[in-house]
Amino acid sequence: MTEPLLRVVQLTKAFGASKVVDALSFEIHAGECLGVIGPNGAGKTTTIRMCLGLAEPDTGRITAFGLDIPAQVRTAKERIGVVTQADSLDPDFTCAENLRVYGSYFGLPAATIEARIPKLLEFAALQAKAGVKPGELSGGMKRRLSLGRALINDPDLLVLDEPTTGLDPQARHLMWERLQNLLQQGKAILLTTHFMDEAERLCDRLIVLDHGRKIAEGKPRELIAEHLESDVVEVYGDGAAAAGTTHARLAERVEASGETVFFYVREAKPLLDALAADHSVRYLHRPANLEDLFLKLTGRQIRGDA
Amino acid sequence: MLTSLYAAPRITPRFWPVVLRNLLVWKKLAVPSVVGNIAEPLITLVAFGYGLGALIGQIGGRPYIEYLASGSVTVSAVLAATFEALYSAYSRMQVQKTWESILNAPVELDDIVFAEMLWAALKALFSVSAILVVIFLLGISRAPSMLLALPVLGLVGVTFASLALVFNALAKGYDFFTYYFTLVITPMTFLSGVYFPMEQMPGWLQTIGSVLPLKAAVDLVRPLVLGETPTDVVQPLLVLSGYAAVGYYLALVLTRRRFFR
Repeated sequence: MTEPLLRVVQLTKAFGASKVVDALSFEIHAGECLGVIGPNGAGKTTTIRMCLGLAEPDTGRITAFGLDIPAQVRTAKERIGVVTQADSLDPDFTCAENLRVYGSYFGLPAATIEARIPKLLEFAALQAKAGVKPGELSGGMKRRLSLGRALINDPDLLVLDEPTTGLDPQARHLMWERLQNLLQQGKAILLTTHFMDEAERLCDRLIVLDHGRKIAEGKPRELIAEHLESDVVEVYGDGAAAAGTTHARLAERVEASGETVFFYVREAKPLLDALAADHSVRYLHRPANLEDLFLKLTGRQIRGDA
Repeated sequence: MLTSLYAAPRITPRFWPVVLRNLLVWKKLAVPSVVGNIAEPLITLVAFGYGLGALIGQIGGRPYIEYLASGSVTVSAVLAATFEALYSAYSRMQVQKTWESILNAPVELDDIVFAEMLWAALKALFSVSAILVVIFLLGISRAPSMLLALPVLGLVGVTFASLALVFNALAKGYDFFTYYFTLVITPMTFLSGVYFPMEQMPGWLQTIGSVLPLKAAVDLVRPLVLGETPTDVVQPLLVLSGYAAVGYYLALVLTRRRFFR
């Protein structure tokens, strides 16, 4: 196997008494998208900050392109592109100026930057907006401009911290399409997200973080197969709670969340037959998905620190 | 790399694109900015210089307007650098997340702090240049030594930008800066012989004044603007440089703590 673009070994970081990142290890290879999912406060952003040399690990080792982070982060950053959670576009500059000025921070020759600007505007579907300031852009346009800006140095590794949070479905789909395009070009992506459909669609591999620890890692479909029954039947309605008790023997696992009861089953037919006869409930039969996995591994309760 | 909080400044040539970024924003707003830079001192000098000057007559054997103009130009360097390194730098650091985005490029915090300090000093130079032109055009002074005041005013900009960046690093919001202006800058202007001489003040206030950087700045700038030789050059330069060095280092340490804690 080739040397990974990013390697994180036994990374630990504590703020005061609480361990935010705890003995975390992972790797990203060229052309691969690694998703990091976990509840708020699980340590995703802190991990990213350490990988970018913006926070110092207590213990552990990070290398990017074989370079030590944070010791050689400056050289490593020449090959990394970053989209942060909050928009940080320059409000005083037009779209084109945002790209131009950001390129100057990399010490790129002006001719190189000028040649890349129209291509990146096209990539971000913002050709018509070259002379427009970010204040006049929609949320989706801003995120795409942020992505375009992160590409100004033609990076090999992209670090995207919740790139589609707050976008409408059209804008998310366009963003996904662009990210898939980048993966096809051979770029590697480290992605954090709260959208399980996004993780399932884009990521070759996932790691699930909780309380700073890696609690699962693998390909999305394999993780689901490993941890969950194949099918889920969601039951709603007045009789849902009663059905959860009566039909419990027809499922491998039953979970109640609010007014809804979730039956996790390998063979759904007997349960579906039983429910069909019960007029006090409505139900939905579907395959198990990443969200079920996420909730199984990290629990359904809302976190106090979230 | 991540430097320890107290390490010496590590400045690389990458600070320069950050200065140019601020210059590019300023150029977009340059016309109103320059109009303000000229109109404000013009109005003040005419109103107070001729209005109040008629009542005061002479100070130290020279017309009040000369005394006022040479003090005002020094304060203008202080205010321009302070505003830029407080409100504008804070906007870029905290509100617009400009620093955060720059940090994701191969530019480090030490470069950014240095660039902001230098940029605020440059803004001070733009501002005082406009006022010196006004002083020249009004005929308040036509001394060639005014040109020598420019590098000194640049140093004044560096000093007060550095001091302001200390408070920028500590700020939790814009409101915090009101304290700095009300409790530091404003009293300092009254203790440094800007608008009136210090001689009639109580001795203890004069003692406080004598160690303030603005007093050192006025002691150098006033004679240079008015075509005279400063009585002492070394001591005021040492005072200004001392405040600049300590302020800059403190600002750097506190900003590192703010970002990498």
